[in-house]
Amino acid sequence: MTKEYRGWRWSAHIILGLFALACILPFVLLFTSSVTDSKVIVTEGYTFFPSSLSFAAYDYLWQNSKMIFNAYGITILTTVVGTTASLLMTSMLAYPLSRKDMPGGMVLAFIVFFTLLFNGGLVPTYMVYTQLFDIKNTLLAQIVPWLLMNGFNVLLMRAFFMNSVPKPVLESASIDGAGEFTIYYKIVLQLSLPIMATIGLFQALAYWNDWNNGLVFVTDAGLFNLQNVLNRIMSDIEFLSSNASMGSGSIIAQLPSETFRMAIAVIGILPILIAYPFFQKFFVKGLTIGAVKG
Amino acid sequence: MNTTTRRKRGARLRRFIPLYIMMLPGLAYLFINNYLPMFGLSIAFKDINYAKGIWASDWVGLKNFEYLFKTTDAYIITRNTLLYNAVFIVLGLLIAIAIAILLNEIRGKMARGFYQSVILLPYLISIILVSYLVYAMLSVDAGFINKTILPMLGLDPISWYLEPKYWPYILTIVHIWKGAGYSCIIFLAAILSIDREYYEAAELDGASKWMQIRKITFPMITPIITMLTLLGIGRIFYSDFGLFYQVPMNSGALYETTNVIDTYVFRGLMQLGDIGMSAAAGFYQSLVGFILVLVSNYIVRRFDKDNALF
Repeated sequence: MTKEYRGWRWSAHIILGLFALACILPFVLLFTSSVTDSKVIVTEGYTFFPSSLSFAAYDYLWQNSKMIFNAYGITILTTVVGTTASLLMTSMLAYPLSRKDMPGGMVLAFIVFFTLLFNGGLVPTYMVYTQLFDIKNTLLAQIVPWLLMNGFNVLLMRAFFMNSVPKPVLESASIDGAGEFTIYYKIVLQLSLPIMATIGLFQALAYWNDWNNGLVFVTDAGLFNLQNVLNRIMSDIEFLSSNASMGSGSIIAQLPSETFRMAIAVIGILPILIAYPFFQKFFVKGLTIGAVKG
Repeated sequence: MNTTTRRKRGARLRRFIPLYIMMLPGLAYLFINNYLPMFGLSIAFKDINYAKGIWASDWVGLKNFEYLFKTTDAYIITRNTLLYNAVFIVLGLLIAIAIAILLNEIRGKMARGFYQSVILLPYLISIILVSYLVYAMLSVDAGFINKTILPMLGLDPISWYLEPKYWPYILTIVHIWKGAGYSCIIFLAAILSIDREYYEAAELDGASKWMQIRKITFPMITPIITMLTLLGIGRIFYSDFGLFYQVPMNSGALYETTNVIDTYVFRGLMQLGDIGMSAAAGFYQSLVGFILVLVSNYIVRRFDKDNALF
């Protein structure tokens, strides 16, 4: 290896290392800040090396944890239900569209495609979901608007079905007397695990990270998901305790507000950080599929 | 004869009935979630009165638009949306390409995988959590910058959430920080698919690394650069609502540099109750956005048919 090449390799390591640090350090700061003693916050601020540690913020969080557990429950429920429904609806629309022999297929595919080019935007969508169908302050509001299905995923899946589900298999099943639903369920879905898993992962992330639906359609704190609670606490730090008053009536500790903010964000980030190593490889692959098509 | 062919066609169509039924849930959803709101754009031409109901409210022609374009807001939100997007497209591409090229230099699979995963991390978390991370840096009383960095440089603390002039930089940094990992993957995939023989031949001829990047890597990924740039231009009227709403914490003092069309529409609808204005701004965005998508796609087609959206 020549000197020049070694130089390149080392500079690549240094620059990428710095960028990687820039990506990680904010998370570290969040954590160290959350365990800083609130007495030293005034002088030291949020810091990587606090001179005095305290878990008061987590104590406070634990005492007011009802809301957090509820929010986690909503997040998990909407993620599971939303992702499942989304995969079903997407594949059930994509499979017929992948059948070139179906009359009207091109027109229907265009109807799906057109939604990628043009959309009504926030105001009319808000009117549809509040005036025409009133789903404000229901669980449906956390699942249905915007997120449930999108044309891009339908077309992605359709392309996969066209390329990866061999036609002779479908035809022979049909000759054997299998109905379309049987074919869809027993053959198409079984052969399409990679694309189902990819789109499922992205849908699950979209549901887990969604705060927009809650912000627009939900005012009832009982239906807030995790992101909505975090969002609310940003502007209203006493949100948890004010909503917990209906509960146990325990003595509420003094609110260590600056460290508490950081502690609750740690609680919000933790599940993603823990799950990431497991889906990481898959995620990168999925990004490439979507990117090539998009 | 005629009846038999008709019967045949009928039988043929009947065979597809299960397929049509299968599509119903998805099509119904697209109708409700996408097509009804398109028709609902007509409320931009109405004086919305909840007492009368949305659909029975009076038509007012272009009045909402007249009001909108008389305000300075219309100019500010258009300017901000366009400028931010322009910067995001140019800087975003440059940095993503640079990272992809550097990642390609790392030969060890483990090391490359490690960098890639770490750089992707910010892309995974919600913008709400990003706003917490930014707050840890910028908080006036406790932020890392005000308490550690600025004192080290001997500077006075800054009220970040009240000073609009810093936000173009802050939002750009946050955008790049969150998105670079994602966009570099596209380029990395493209670079990895370049035939190694080109580089080997160049090495034999004594071409320097920099020369190879300029003469092989760049030309090979130019189609993707063109395509992504044009797609970005097609979406230049839209912005990431969360970035502009959550990260500045909806601070009124910052609107001058943080208000974009999406945040304007949201505030008009949800906070100010000014539906007419909000609907007009939304209509303006949908229409111009649509035209830009068509135009940019037309240009992509002229360059390279395979990369065009349609």
